[in-house]
Amino acid sequence: MTLRLEGVSHAYAGRPVLRDITLELAEHRIGVIGANGSGKSTLARTLNGLVVPDSGRVLLDGLDTRRHAREIRRRVGFVFSDPAAQIVMPTVAEDVAIGLRRSGLSRAEVESRVSAVLERHGLAGHRDHPAHLLSGGQRQMLALASVLVTEPEVLVCDEPTTLLDLRNAAVVAAALRALPQQVILLTHHLDLLAGFDRVLVVDEGRVVFDGAPADAVAHYTALMGAGRTAAPEEGHAERRP
Amino acid sequence: MSAGPAAAGLYVPGDSWLHRAPAGAKLLVLVAAVSAVVAAANLPAALAAAGAAVALHPLCGLGLRPVWRTLRALAPFLALIALFQLVAGDAPAAARLCAQLAGAVLLSGLVTATTRVSAMLTLFERLARPLAVVGADPRRVGLVLALTIRCIPMVAESWRASREAYIARGLRGRPHVLVVPVVVGLLRSAEAMGEALTARGID
Repeated sequence: MTLRLEGVSHAYAGRPVLRDITLELAEHRIGVIGANGSGKSTLARTLNGLVVPDSGRVLLDGLDTRRHAREIRRRVGFVFSDPAAQIVMPTVAEDVAIGLRRSGLSRAEVESRVSAVLERHGLAGHRDHPAHLLSGGQRQMLALASVLVTEPEVLVCDEPTTLLDLRNAAVVAAALRALPQQVILLTHHLDLLAGFDRVLVVDEGRVVFDGAPADAVAHYTALMGAGRTAAPEEGHAERRP
Repeated sequence: MSAGPAAAGLYVPGDSWLHRAPAGAKLLVLVAAVSAVVAAANLPAALAAAGAAVALHPLCGLGLRPVWRTLRALAPFLALIALFQLVAGDAPAAARLCAQLAGAVLLSGLVTATTRVSAMLTLFERLARPLAVVGADPRRVGLVLALTIRCIPMVAESWRASREAYIARGLRGRPHVLVVPVVVGLLRSAEAMGEALTARGID
């Protein structure tokens, strides 16, 4: 199972955020780091068709996100920074179950899968609780469980620990480490990348480094020290032109 | 703003006979009861419905707190209706209308508090099936219902956050100035939720 980007470029309101990126993402654990506004969130969003690039293409085992978005989204799960925005249903179990409503599974199978995923992520005792009343860490675990219940082959996580305290960030990180799926993790918490197979450094819409975690972190740190960071407002504009 | 499940008009977990009753049957009885009370148009019937709704709350393990919260939230509307009718010189109508409204809202709250949203969603999808003839997707009708309920605490949270930011800056009064930031915040949340729905394949 391989994700492949071929000459991917994208712009928001004329401002380029991705510039001619060609990559093959096949490793089990891949990290993506970069300043706010560097283009990494847009890059992540191209991987399951949330963003269709202006030029170039993104392929999952040969399937193009431009034409097979539904099939690709079924295979590539996506976890956002803010779990509150991902909660669709009022209670925990219902929110996890809604992702399976078009799966063709029987009610018993849905129930079984929901129970298993809630158990695995420490939410079994909260199944009937209002989802919006969970703590920040629990909400992020719910967001993770809601995506994992559909059993995606790849999980793309866009800064899933950014809004969490250290303890909850560690819980989420441990959950991600334990997953059998391929994980592509965007993060500002550089310590989470220890043990990863490969880390990409994104800057001004380009992949400027691609290698081992320690080398990538050193490159990124040097880059930040050199002051080559996007202005805060530009960072915001990456997703909201 | 309180964000409790009952306050937000949401399902309260339980195992009472009303919790176990099918969603369709509950909705049918609710519609029949409210229609009967309105059609009867007399105070004893309205008071009986309101009284039954109050009595059913503890019998279903919900306690009387949701009744108090509901009546407190309704109070301004009841006061307005009563005032209007009293000004019009029709005190019996004031009492009847207030009892009818309180009874209907309490009975509705009872159904909401004892029915999972997923059960309600399934029911509405079934009820919306005939709409498929005119091209509407019954699943989307159900999803819209679910999202509407989900957005109740989201609106409350957005209002709370904007209000706290307002007070933190040393500002007081003029609550109408919060409307714009709340609406902007909700639009951003709606956009993020739409993106999450798409990412989860729920569209």
